Amino acid sequence: MSEVDSEWMGLTLTGARPRAVAALYRYFRDIDLAEEAFQEACLRALKSWPRNGPPRDPAAWLILVGRNTGIDTLRRRARQTVLPDEDQLSDTGDAETNIAEQIDDSQYRDDILRLLFVCCHPGLPATQQIALALRIVSGLTVRQIARAFLVGEAAMEQRITRAKRRIAEAGVAFDTPDAVARAERLGAVAAMIYLVFNEGYSGAGEARDERQPLTSEAIRLARLLLGLFPAEPEIMGLLALMLLQESRAAARFDSEGSVVLLDDQDRTLWDRTKIAEGLALLDKAIRHSRPGAYQVQAAIAATHARAERPEDTDWRGIELLYRTLEQMQPSPVVTLNRAVAVSRTDGPEAGLALVDTLGAQLDSYFHFHGFRGWLLMELGRDGEARKAFDRAIALANTAAEAAHIRQHLDTIAGRTTRAS
Amino acid sequence: MLYAILCYNDEAEVAAWPKNHDDKVMADLMAVQKPMAEAGKLGPVARLLPTTAATTVRKTAGEPLVLDGPFAETKEQFLGFYVVDCENLEEVVQFVRELCAANPGSGSYEIRPVGFASFGVEKA
Repeated sequence: MSEVDSEWMGLTLTGARPRAVAALYRYFRDIDLAEEAFQEACLRALKSWPRNGPPRDPAAWLILVGRNTGIDTLRRRARQTVLPDEDQLSDTGDAETNIAEQIDDSQYRDDILRLLFVCCHPGLPATQQIALALRIVSGLTVRQIARAFLVGEAAMEQRITRAKRRIAEAGVAFDTPDAVARAERLGAVAAMIYLVFNEGYSGAGEARDERQPLTSEAIRLARLLLGLFPAEPEIMGLLALMLLQESRAAARFDSEGSVVLLDDQDRTLWDRTKIAEGLALLDKAIRHSRPGAYQVQAAIAATHARAERPEDTDWRGIELLYRTLEQMQPSPVVTLNRAVAVSRTDGPEAGLALVDTLGAQLDSYFHFHGFRGWLLMELGRDGEARKAFDRAIALANTAAEAAHIRQHLDTIAGRTTRAS
Repeated sequence: MLYAILCYNDEAEVAAWPKNHDDKVMADLMAVQKPMAEAGKLGPVARLLPTTAATTVRKTAGEPLVLDGPFAETKEQFLGFYVVDCENLEEVVQFVRELCAANPGSGSYEIRPVGFASFGVEKA
């Protein structure tokens, strides 16, 4: 098999995975068995496809073969233990079920949604939800996931096993969800996908390369979801938001891995195709007149994306969007972001007035002290600024964050020396 | 004779290409296009954004229906296309509504934002 072929095989198997595992999960109602059956089907595909040519619908092929191998596994297990429990197989049909049923898109839709939904079980901490989705839906290896989370492979394996046990115990409804249940699932899944994205996006420094696949994976999952639910403006908003944020990936860090702020980024490095897609999706979403938090956040990202130079940024528009977001999702962090916009439109004094209303809630938040220090520095209140920066450094999450604040302290030190 | 060449492929697979692979494919395609462009034989080239960015306007007996997502029917065939430069989706939809009114009956128009475009003949 030539190199291109094996690459094609890899991409096809990855692309077919969510649909195939989701269908096998519906059939066997057991995550481990569904995953094993899919693995086995992939091994057979690697042998059969190069010889017989690729099937017209790879996912349908993998589902059919996976189902047969899964049934074999169950039979083998039954011989070793007890007789097969009929209930272990779903009642959607026996092994003779027409393949056409398997490739019915409306069924896929709920299958994939269910598979994603079990990963966002509310009893699981966010990191476990993400790890589970990356393992089960995306098919990342435990090793890849462990690297992204900076933990050992054995520890990650254990976490995933524990999370799987939790969801097996909790149980999930296998009947087709009604409109309300479907909307709830969609909301939970969207939040989980955004968690995956942020896990990749917030990574800085050494782990950046390991975490980067998480953002692409989140985008892929959102595309998949939007393909299944094409008329959901919040899913359009979520995908637009992630594409617009991801479009800046190449400009966000300098050669040493330090954060480059939006104003200082080389905008020629922004990915124009991702921006175009993000803007097109947001445009589509807005036509529905059903605003939501993802759409508003996407609109904020879009405002930045549209500005060719930092000074072209429509800060007034951004301030209004944050005001809308505050109403939808009141949070001191959102208000802090609005204060950034206020400081751009009405000056640092107005920004500081708003920031100072948040002290009680955000006292242990790095960005609060960092931004407050910056405003004080702008206002020439160097003593207070230094205190705020010291507090920020104590709260920094990464070395890159602390290094960034130290630059401000150096600026203050510089002008104190000059003044004396 | 002018010919339109329509490109079909599995979108999920193309979307899974790593950036370096995508860049290589684009560069290889450009190399093939170059002599055609230099001979003045290449017209506009466009790479469309994913179908999740698509909107479909379906003709009905009354007002056309604006639907999210790509054109999905298989009993109709691809018969022609327009490339328009519009401010936003609303403006395109308005134009497509006029097309529907001028050519009533059955059929659909699928609106796909263009991600990459070049105008071969003019550039050569």
